[in-house]
Amino acid sequence: MKDFQSSRRDFLRFGAAVGLAATLPVGLARASKTKTNANIVIIGAGAAGTAFANRMVQRLDGAKITIIDARKNHIYQPGLSLVAAGLKPQEYLVSTTREWLPKGVTLIEEQAAAVDPVAKTVTTASGQKVDYDFLVMAPGLVLDHDAIEGFSLDMVGTNGIGSLYAGPEYAAKTWAAASKFVENGGVGVFNRPATEMKCAGAPLKHTFLIDDIASRSGAKGKYQLNYTCPQTVLFSVPIVAEKVRMLFGQRGVATHYKYNLKAIDPGRRIATFSAVVTDPATGADKVTSVEMPWDYIHIIPPQRAPAVVRESGLSWADKWTDQGWMACDQGTLRHPQYSEIFALGDIAGVPKGKTAASVKWQVPVVEDHLVSQIQGREGTEIYTGYTSCPMITRVGQAMLVEFDYNNNLLPSFDGVIAPLEELWISWLMKEVALKATYNAMLRGKA
Amino acid sequence: MKELTLTTMIAVFEEIFGSGLFWAMMLLAAVITVAYVYVLIRDRAVSMRKFLWAQVSMPVGAVVAVVFVLAQTNSALRHTGGPVDVFVLLGVALLGAVGMAILVYTGQSLLRPPAQETK
Repeated sequence: MKDFQSSRRDFLRFGAAVGLAATLPVGLARASKTKTNANIVIIGAGAAGTAFANRMVQRLDGAKITIIDARKNHIYQPGLSLVAAGLKPQEYLVSTTREWLPKGVTLIEEQAAAVDPVAKTVTTASGQKVDYDFLVMAPGLVLDHDAIEGFSLDMVGTNGIGSLYAGPEYAAKTWAAASKFVENGGVGVFNRPATEMKCAGAPLKHTFLIDDIASRSGAKGKYQLNYTCPQTVLFSVPIVAEKVRMLFGQRGVATHYKYNLKAIDPGRRIATFSAVVTDPATGADKVTSVEMPWDYIHIIPPQRAPAVVRESGLSWADKWTDQGWMACDQGTLRHPQYSEIFALGDIAGVPKGKTAASVKWQVPVVEDHLVSQIQGREGTEIYTGYTSCPMITRVGQAMLVEFDYNNNLLPSFDGVIAPLEELWISWLMKEVALKATYNAMLRGKA
Repeated sequence: MKELTLTTMIAVFEEIFGSGLFWAMMLLAAVITVAYVYVLIRDRAVSMRKFLWAQVSMPVGAVVAVVFVLAQTNSALRHTGGPVDVFVLLGVALLGAVGMAILVYTGQSLLRPPAQETK
């Protein structure tokens, strides 16, 4: 009996310790809020801007935080691939910008039109001037649909045309076009642009998903898929590119390297590519125009920095000059000339990672450097280029690929979840856990 | 995952099920557990007859849990691609089996206390 009592007391003590430990991180975070009257302006209320605003409110006491974005809706972009394959409804992606923003943050529902990094002011589309001490650029990127001759967004969903990047409505229309293809079959064409792009895995995922669904639907045995890309590899990380190459081989997806989509003719259903082909006689490369017919085509346009970045002189002068990504140190994400300006998310001119996973890893880095600067110290956190891509290879399976600037694989669950294996658990992460993690990130909790 | 803390995990589960449903399920699990402990203390013995029925119900709980998870996630058994997937499936089945056994045992004990059982 005595033993029982003592063990019960130990148990209670243990329980109290666990309970205390659970509350401790929150308590400490509250205690260490930094007092400041800094004026922080965030351009863009997407994944990066919203997560950052929440982190600032949790870290700073007295700061004036302003976020500038005209978009009323917040889009959960990692889910676009699922909607475009008929696996989730359009509504799955949409919430409001406002519902994620914490109290104490001012939202200006306008487009940012210009930044004057010398006078430290942002001018909005209506001409309102907003001063800042610190500026976080998170405006996202622009899809250059006009770069594909003959294509406009109103065509999506008709004539076998899909384009899932353009937003929830277009992702749903993409499935409207693709769902006919997976029943009737024919020739499918998928492209990747020559520019940097959001989630470089998405063109591959869409190809894999359409192939998987078609192979189990009316089109079984009656379709052929063509994947085209201007690059010479399927993915920037060599070990992943090889794996995808093998999977495409097994699934019978024909790959056309050095093919750049230039124009479409929806009436005739013909896509025109500028292609680099090798002359069989001389062995020399030459650029030529190649036509490809389609029954279903998925179009991803070139992607560029928004005008507010390019026209404010914040872009790299010597890198990606046709695309205009913001100049920043790849480790700290700080602008090389203007130490109070940081880049977050798609706009960052860094070699890898325009994904929500990159944002999750970038936000704490910028947070550290900005708060440290307020405290008169040097920040220590470094962004290593980490990004992750749950590469869906069929409905129900994915590969959880995580990597950094140096193309090293960085598995979060080393020895448990193999990054290059098609697994159900990786699918579960994408399908069930990812949105939850994303939402927690938006709220500054993960 | 950068930091897998308890608060992060709770935040993630709240997002999966919604705050209301998540805490309702937690509460339900807590109530059933408390009821289970209550009948054990009250009866001061494990009824082998009830335990037998609880055991018989375990495979049903396992199958129901697996079918529920597969249906919720657009997946099928053919999607198990590696050992980790088999472990996840077994884990789900085990949770379903144990949950069902506790539920069945507690339910029987509450509806038919030992006094009635001996009559």
